[in-house]
Amino acid sequence: MEKNINVKLKIWRQRGPKAKGEFKTYEMKDIPTDTSFLETMDILNEELISRGEEPIVFDHDCREGICGMCSLYINGHPHGPATGATTCQMYMRRFADGETITVEPWRSAGFPVIRDLMVDRSAYDKIMQAGGYTSVNTGAPQDANAILIPKDVADEAMDAAACIGCGACVAACKNGSAMLFVSAKVSQLNLLPQGKPEAAKRAKAMLAKMDELGFGNCTNTRACEAECPKCVSISHIARLNRHFIGAKLKD
Amino acid sequence: MWLFTSSVGRKVVMSVTGLALILFITFHMAMNLVAIFSAEGYNMVCEFLGANWYALVATVALAGLVFIHFAYAFWLTWLNRQARGNQRYAVTSKPKAVEWASQNMFVLGLIVILGLLLHLFNFWFNMQFAEIMHKDLVDMGGGALIAPHDGAAFIAYTFSKVWYVVLYLVWLCALWFHLTHGFWSALQTLGWNNQIWIERWRVISYVYSSIIIGGFALVVVWFYVKSLL
Ligand code: HEM
Ligand code: SF4
Ligand code: FES
Repeated sequence: MEKNINVKLKIWRQRGPKAKGEFKTYEMKDIPTDTSFLETMDILNEELISRGEEPIVFDHDCREGICGMCSLYINGHPHGPATGATTCQMYMRRFADGETITVEPWRSAGFPVIRDLMVDRSAYDKIMQAGGYTSVNTGAPQDANAILIPKDVADEAMDAAACIGCGACVAACKNGSAMLFVSAKVSQLNLLPQGKPEAAKRAKAMLAKMDELGFGNCTNTRACEAECPKCVSISHIARLNRHFIGAKLKD
Repeated sequence: MWLFTSSVGRKVVMSVTGLALILFITFHMAMNLVAIFSAEGYNMVCEFLGANWYALVATVALAGLVFIHFAYAFWLTWLNRQARGNQRYAVTSKPKAVEWASQNMFVLGLIVILGLLLHLFNFWFNMQFAEIMHKDLVDMGGGALIAPHDGAAFIAYTFSKVWYVVLYLVWLCALWFHLTHGFWSALQTLGWNNQIWIERWRVISYVYSSIIIGGFALVVVWFYVKSLL
């Protein structure tokens, strides 16, 4: 049932990467429950602008759960209390009338805060550049059905490829580990024939990059899997471990 | 060397030393159970594992395993705290699928180490170490004298004291939590896991840990009850 609710938004404000941040609480009145969370943030920003205050900086782009830009840590959960959904896919009906909603940026040494709720996730791009690709000669592409791939393998690669690189796995992890992301990106290529020739090299290069950028050592707590908006499974982490250990033993 | 420099390598060291320790405590538990059935049989085992060269080599190897496991645990936990960053969340939550033990492995391990020190003091110091020092009898205070290879007598003595019983049970409890996560986590770390096996390994972890810890706890409680009769 659609209704209007009043909520308090307790939001992390921080002027710059080095500045000291603090929480500020904002009262929101008469928000329809079918408003998305990011729309509520928009409404708040409109109010702040009309009052002559600095609007709150936060990341977003597609607002339909595919780009991975939105990144809010809401009431103790990356992407909020909804499971299998991004922040932009979450609606105000998740919250009770009068509730205080705490909104924080991702907190991890690998993702430093740029401003307010926006963090620097370029570390993920660097990991992708280290090996998240296949080397092919350009030219006319061959017919897609020329290489047959068993359905279960294709499905598993597709599940891994569902990762949108949002970083919720790192945000959720007490060890600040990026293993779920890295393993998804390794799996989506290593499972398929096109990715196989570079499989060992990829596992080593992407993992080395992840370690270099200061992410933690995975201890299999499974918080990442529980909070991932795309429900990426830690079985991909097992595969990454397998490919990495195998590659190292062969060297 | 990748066992030092990469996160997965460091985890492999945790995993392999952890699995070796599980293998050790499995044998240890089986030998303890002998004490329930036959004090003589148990003392034969004790004599066999006294100050002989092979038992001493094994003891040193075991100490090495514990040391490596502990040193890596310390290092990993420290690195992970750094990776988490200085700023903590104001609100946190634990998703249902996350085991409590998995997020407290270091604390559980610390309890295990403390229990281990007590255990070494209660048994190893009075048995193998006393033999190394060529003691014929160990004075337990209050006029109790026990020969170093008379393991059954040490068990009966230690677990007649209710404080030791409580401390040992707390210790075993911590080890149970550590193992329920550690067992499957070790296999996951080695890459021996997939969508189907993940639940199977988890169930196996719980069952196996319960059998091991149950065996140890049984001996403790058995001898406590016996001391009351
Ligand atoms: C009889 C004693 C012990 C046994 C059988 C044991 C077993 C294990 C096993 C099997 C693992 C899983 C390895 C992996 O995930 O790859 C593990 C992990 C771990 N252990 Fe132990 N351990 C013992 C004692 C200790 C001690 C004394 C500490 C010291 C603090 C400790 C701290 C840790 C930590 C921090 C982890 C990492 C958590 C993880 O990887 O999931 N353990 N242990
Ligand atoms: S694995 Fe899930 S949580 Fe991690 S970056 Fe990909 S989509 Fe986000
Ligand atoms: S804004 Fe694109 S996934 Fe949320």
